[in-house]
Order: sequence, then C-alpha cells, then structure tokens
Amino acid sequence: MSEVTVKNLQADVQSLPVRKVNTRLMKLKRALPLFIMMLPGLIYLLINNYLPMFGLIIAFKDINFAKGILASDWIGFKNFEYLFSTRDAFVITRNTILYNGGFIILNTVLAIAVAIMLNEIKNKLAKGFYQSVILMPFLISMVIVSYLGYAFLSEDTGYLNHTILPLLGLDEVSWYSEAKYWPYILTFINMWKGIGFLCVIYLAAIIGIDQEFYEAATLDGANKWKQIIHITIPSIMPVIIMMTLLAIGRIFYSDFGLFYQVPMNSGAIYDTTNVIDTYVYRGLMQLGDIGMSAAAGLYQSVVGFILVLVSNYLVRRKSKDNALF
Amino acid sequence: MYRSDRITNWISHSFLLILAAGSIIPLILLLSSSFSSEASILKEGYSFFPKEFSFAAYEYLLTNSASILRAYGVTIFVTVFGTFVSLAMTAFLAYALSRRDLPYRNFFTFIVFFTLLFNGGLVPTYLVFTQVFDIKNTIWALIVPGLLMNGFNVLLMRTFFMTSIPEPVIESARMDGAGEFRTFFSIILPLSLPILATIGLLQTIFYWNDWFNGLVYITEPSLFSIQNMLNRMLSDIQFLASSNLGTNTSSAASQIPTTGVRMAIAVIGILPILIAYPFFQKYLVKGIALGSVKG
Repeated sequence: MSEVTVKNLQADVQSLPVRKVNTRLMKLKRALPLFIMMLPGLIYLLINNYLPMFGLIIAFKDINFAKGILASDWIGFKNFEYLFSTRDAFVITRNTILYNGGFIILNTVLAIAVAIMLNEIKNKLAKGFYQSVILMPFLISMVIVSYLGYAFLSEDTGYLNHTILPLLGLDEVSWYSEAKYWPYILTFINMWKGIGFLCVIYLAAIIGIDQEFYEAATLDGANKWKQIIHITIPSIMPVIIMMTLLAIGRIFYSDFGLFYQVPMNSGAIYDTTNVIDTYVYRGLMQLGDIGMSAAAGLYQSVVGFILVLVSNYLVRRKSKDNALF
Repeated sequence: MYRSDRITNWISHSFLLILAAGSIIPLILLLSSSFSSEASILKEGYSFFPKEFSFAAYEYLLTNSASILRAYGVTIFVTVFGTFVSLAMTAFLAYALSRRDLPYRNFFTFIVFFTLLFNGGLVPTYLVFTQVFDIKNTIWALIVPGLLMNGFNVLLMRTFFMTSIPEPVIESARMDGAGEFRTFFSIILPLSLPILATIGLLQTIFYWNDWFNGLVYITEPSLFSIQNMLNRMLSDIQFLASSNLGTNTSSAASQIPTTGVRMAIAVIGILPILIAYPFFQKYLVKGIALGSVKG
C-alpha cells in the first residue's frame, strides 16, 4: 500500500469528530515512551529548581524548625526591613554591581584584543599554543586558585612580600587584612581565569568573518590597524553586544568562589570583598540568620530576573536572532 | 608584506607570549613549592626554584595516603557517576523536547527554559536538600544539587538534535518497527557523539573542580573530595595535623611539612586535568564556542 493512501486514511480518521477524543488519547499513548524519557530530567528540575522557587516564601517567615517551614509564622516584610536598615545591603549591592560592571568592561576589551592578536598569528603551532595556555586557568578550581593567591600574598612567606616588594624597596603588606588592595587583586584574578574562555568566543566570531572584506581592504591600501577598526570590530559587534547584555543580565550574581575562597573568608576585608552571594552564604551557614539571608537571596533573585528580562528586551530590539526568547 | 603587518605580527607575538607566561607562572610557583623543603619555605618564602629540593611532601602523602586516596576516590566516583547520569538525563530530556510530535512540547520546553531565568537561590535550595530530602553528609550531596543537569545544556542538545538529525531518519526507524528507546539508543546517540562529548567534557570538569556542594552539605571528612580537602586545609592549617590524614599522634604533628603537603595535594588535584588537557583541548574550544551560540 502506498504511503499516500495511509496518510489519506489517517486524515480521514482525524477529520471525524466522534473519534477526536480517541485520537488524542492515542497520540498521548504513542508519546508515552517520550514522556518516560523526560521524566528523570523533569523530576530533577522540580526538586532542584522549582521547589526552591516556592521556598522563597521563607523570606516572609520567621523560620522556626521546631514548627516546620510551612507552619512558621508569617512576618511580612520584617526580614527586608532589617536587611535594608543595615549598611550591609548597600555595601553588598555596591560591591556586586561595581565588580561585575568592571569585569564586564575589562574582560571584554582584553578578550577582544587577545582574540584579534591570536587571529593575526599565522603560525598554526604558535597560535594553538598561545590559545591553549591562555585557556588553562579556566580549568583550575577556585580552591586551587586561592592556593596560588596565597603563595603570592601570604604575609610571611608570600612571593610578593618576600621577594618582589623588597626588590622594589617597598614595605611588606598584610594583604589579607587591608581592604583597599582587594578590588585590584580580585579584578586581576578574575581576568586571569576568565580571559581564555571569553577570547575563544570572540575568536570564533572573528574566524567567521568573510575573508573577502580583508582582501578588498588590502587592495585599497588599508593597513592592519585600519582593517581591525573598520572590518573586524564592526563585524563582531553583534556578538559583543549579545555577550555584554547577557553579562549585564547576570550582574547581580557573582562568582562565589572568587569572592569567598580567594580572600580566604577574611573578615577584615569584607568591606571590599563581600557581595550578595557571599552575604547570603555567611548568613545561612555561619551566622544561622536564615530570615535575613533568605531576604537577601530573594532580593537577588527578583532583581536578577528583572535584569535578565530587560537585557533580553534590549537584545531583541537589536537583533531578534540573538535574543534568548 | 607591509611594514604595518610585520609590526602587528611582532606586537601580537610578544603580547601573547607575556599573557601565556602569566597564565602558567602561578602554577610553576605551586609546583616549585611542593618540591621545597619546609624549612626553606618558612625561611625564604615561596619561590620559583626550590632553594632546598625535597620530596618530603610527596613522601608524606605516600606514607599517609589513606585519606588522600579516599578523597581521590570520592572525586573520581562523583565525576564519573555524575557525568554519566547527567549526560543520560540531559540527552533523554533534550531528545523528547526535540521531537516536533511531542504533545505539550511548548509547555515542557518552557519548564526547562524558565530555570535559566529565575532561581530560588542558596537558602531555599539548602532547605530543600536538607529538610525535604536529607542528603547532608551523603555522597549524593556532591552529585545532585545544582550540578546534575542544567537547562542550558538541555536546550543546547535539543538544538543539536533538531538541526543535525534529519526527521526522515527517525521516521524510517519507526517504519522499520523500532520503538522510541531503540531509535534513541541505536540511531540518535551514535549520530550525536560530538555534542555528547562536548557536554560530557564540560560536566567532567565541573564535577572534578566542584567544592561548593562539599562546603555546604558535607561536614564528614570521610566524604571529602580532593577539592574539599584542599579547601579545609587552606582554612585550617591544623586540619592536616588533627584529621586522620596523619596517623601520627599529635606530638609528631609539628613535623608534618604542612606548607609543602598542601601544595603537593593541590598539584595532584590539578595534575589529571592538566595531563589530559592536550587531548581534549580541541573539544573544549569547540564546546565553548558552541555554548555561546544561542540554543
């Protein structure tokens, strides 16, 4: 029997109103294996993502484990009043936004510069070598990064205090108790660890540029610098805009490891190392102040959500294809 | 060749060389101090060339290897098991979502997608995993929370299935009488090795390097991964002496080459990844570039 006939028959069956309910059931039954495939993943999302979303109500409760989470007393916005009456709320918001804002600008500029330079290297072996080595810090866990940091910054034995500073005739610095140095240290480490990753993305965009543009420009006598300014950068602009807006959408979330591990949880430098994520963690695990911690977490989730929506709206206006949704 | 070309080439080479050196140098400091004698570190500080060459740290690790081997075992188990389950769950969900004939497809896709936009954060997650599901101080705490599957990978894989596997292939498998699972295992998976390798690799790195779950959910030293062990040792120098790492009594604890040993454990913590790096480097680069393109 030809395929056409089978299709016609199916169409006939579907067009009969009496059979409609039956066919829907049949469709569901036929899709049963697909539903079974989805089940583990969906259950995981329910536990790992959706239950905690409902758990956000604890920000409005006075948690009492004896009573249980659901039976604890509602206290309205009290937790938020406490949170925003302290200086902490200001400090963690300021730090989070300034650090992430700085990271976005510096990392983007440096990553693009590195990607352009990598693209200029014609020797395949050298190019591969540079790229793999620059990407290497991406593979190293933050715990080990904090070991590396400690080897440089330790007060008595660190490389800076013991070798570099005496060489320059400067006094030793107790790095882990002086807040003013940390914006530079953390920015540097973030670049060190993140540049390789970002530059892979930009390099992929640069490689995708049509070579004919460059050939034409060379014929017109444009030098390398002019080509970079007038061809390379404009061509990868959509990628730059998309990556930047995505990062802005995440500006309320920090790299917890960077801000917790690398400063070794040193209290003396909280003023410049405390961000929303570390604040929430310390509130929960060290101070046992669940209410305040939950309030700060909800503040982060909600503002973060709004920022994602806004940044996506902006991407969408620029180019529909690059928008997340 | 234009003069400006030569100059850009020259500038590029020197800048990248400096950057590459900067990426490696801290690791050399780590390696060097793991081979330095304790006394020389205390006296001379960390340095790039061991002032007094010594294997003491590694000898100590060898003779007191029980808890380190255990931590290594925990890390390996978590990485292998976690990556495997993660890949299976991600691929199953992504494949079902990639099928245009899946009933309520938009609804299910939205369920996955929404997790990328909004999340409950640490506190409710912690309460779910400790109060509702009591996984504190179990091996599951290192595997399940946060890491097992993420919506981004699901959407990435779904896009791959939709764009790289022609629908007639699935159609003809069904004509031949293959069930959904048979189709999935014997036709879809073999065609999807590139995306499986990419996501599997990223998952492996994330599991190997994860310390956050251990920090939050594990207090029992026998369940520490390598990262958690390092983490604990950095925050508490005495941990090395007091834990079962040293079977020695506390009087002997002062002789433990603490600094060197810590650095040596850090070295063996990154060594497997660095050794394997040249082999998976190509896939990693592909994976990163792929991940930046929207799903």
